Amino acid sequence: METPNTTKRRNFLLKVIHGVGYYAFGTVAWGVYLKQSQANSDVLRPPGALSEADFVKTCIRCGICVEVCPYDALKLSKITDHVSLGTPFYEPRKDPCQMCIDIPCASSCPTRALELKNLIRDDVLSINNAKMGLALINTQTCLAYLGLQCTLCFQACPLTGDAISLFKERNTRTDMHAFLKPVVHPDVCTGCGMREHACPTTYPSIFVKPLSSISGDIGSHYIVGWEKQDESRARESAGDSNMKKTPRNEKSALDNVNDVDGILEGLYD
Amino acid sequence: MINWFFHHRFYIARRMTQTLILLAYFGSNYFGWNTIVGNLSTALVFGTIPLSDPFSTLQMFFAGAVITVDIMMGVGVVVFFYSVIGGRFFCSWVCPINIVTETATWVRNILPFNTVDVCSPLPQSTRTWMIIISFVLSYIFSLAAYEMINPIGIAHRGIIFGFGMGWVLLLAIFLFDLFSQEYAWCGHICPVGKFNALLGKYSLIKVVHDKDKCVNSLECFKACPEVQILNMVGHKSATITGSSCLKCARCIEVCETGAFEFSVVGITKQLRDDK
Ligand code: SF4
Ligand code: SF4
Ligand code: SF4
Ligand code: SF4
Ligand code: SF4
Repeated sequence: METPNTTKRRNFLLKVIHGVGYYAFGTVAWGVYLKQSQANSDVLRPPGALSEADFVKTCIRCGICVEVCPYDALKLSKITDHVSLGTPFYEPRKDPCQMCIDIPCASSCPTRALELKNLIRDDVLSINNAKMGLALINTQTCLAYLGLQCTLCFQACPLTGDAISLFKERNTRTDMHAFLKPVVHPDVCTGCGMREHACPTTYPSIFVKPLSSISGDIGSHYIVGWEKQDESRARESAGDSNMKKTPRNEKSALDNVNDVDGILEGLYD
Repeated sequence: MINWFFHHRFYIARRMTQTLILLAYFGSNYFGWNTIVGNLSTALVFGTIPLSDPFSTLQMFFAGAVITVDIMMGVGVVVFFYSVIGGRFFCSWVCPINIVTETATWVRNILPFNTVDVCSPLPQSTRTWMIIISFVLSYIFSLAAYEMINPIGIAHRGIIFGFGMGWVLLLAIFLFDLFSQEYAWCGHICPVGKFNALLGKYSLIKVVHDKDKCVNSLECFKACPEVQILNMVGHKSATITGSSCLKCARCIEVCETGAFEFSVVGITKQLRDDK
């Protein structure tokens, strides 16, 4: 039966259902956008930055680092940059980080999204410990690898000699020239981008990528046997292997190789 | 003319304050002044006083970020300020979006959009939900969720560091406020205004209404962006305790008989007037 009360209740319910519709749509759309704005592995952050995922949640987007950078290397991302909105980054081809010795950007960050501790190695705070990225060389377009005289990147690098060196090699094509090939040393390169900025090729032949997107990882199943530490890791892990025992692996590898009878019997086929 | 200035004295003062604050931020970046370095999310005034936005900080907290002492101090200063003088002072005296939305409303009032009474799809409670959803999404996505879409941040960073395409969003808000419903953005959606309002619920500076001077012209109802807080007008002399009052002083300006004025009101009186 229709009473004023049931109409009221029905209207109320309808209102709730309408609301659910709006909010569900809005929240999902917003969520999708947020998913897109999360960590982007292809962006270069100022020195001392936390890992990208921690950086985007810790940086309050105040832009103080951008304001104090004396070389205007840093920018705050806008809605059209493919970088989490409002966060600082630099583009080395346009404005590389000049590696200020007093590190104004990281020392003035109020949230520690740029963490000075990340720039300390062996108890020394230095901009040279920054790991903003790593320079890679495209050896097919680098003029030096083609046999021309260039070395502009070698000269532009603030840590030249340590982070980049020239590898001399005979040019067998002409048989009377030498290649002076630049080689980057990943343990020293800070990723400041001074070389990318200096490279004369149309699109830079040496370019900086953030470590997270290019770092190789040897993984745990290869052992660098000639290094003491890794060797002992091999010895330790030998015991706790939880691999299933089969006729092939129940003995040690050495015993298996020497088990001529077993090989002849076809035990290892 | 003099009359016009008199009736817009607070309006002019507000626009000037908003512009001066923007100029101070802009100059600190562009000319390297040491006035106010940073932006509305976090800033350092004269190199000493930290300021941090409590709403962004709370989102960062829900996102799982470590909040530093510097930021906590900044939040402390702002919360103290808001709880003493009033949270939504930010809206009418600082926020750059306020310039956009008030202009949209001004144009809207010239055009005949408010004469027909059509249903308004957005209830005011939306902004409370926006706060809650912001926190939930911040937690899920480990990212200060509202800061990713916050037009205040986009506008403010745009003015200080260059807009890029950010102005499109401001245009969108302008059109939204112009065409959809009255005070659509600030009165219904913006969680920052609502959050600051809650912080400044019992702030000491309030607008006070005097019913004996009121002649029921209802001019204040036309001017106030948050009419629901004017429920005492004409029948009770009381403090306007509604937390959503922007302290924009439009009511003071439009009232011919001077039935409104700013006043410092103690919490006990506010609680009494609330009843
Ligand atoms: S180290 Fe210097 S140049 Fe590099 S980002 Fe920081 S302030 Fe700018
Ligand atoms: S100073 Fe720190 S918090 Fe501010 S924008 Fe730079 S990295 Fe982010
Ligand atoms: S500057 Fe460019 S072209 Fe020249 S050596 Fe370096 S990478 Fe090669
Ligand atoms: S409600 Fe939000 S957008 Fe509007 S003036 Fe206040 S803070 Fe700014
Ligand atoms: S009551 Fe007066 S000061 Fe408060 S929001 Fe309304 S018009 Fe502005």
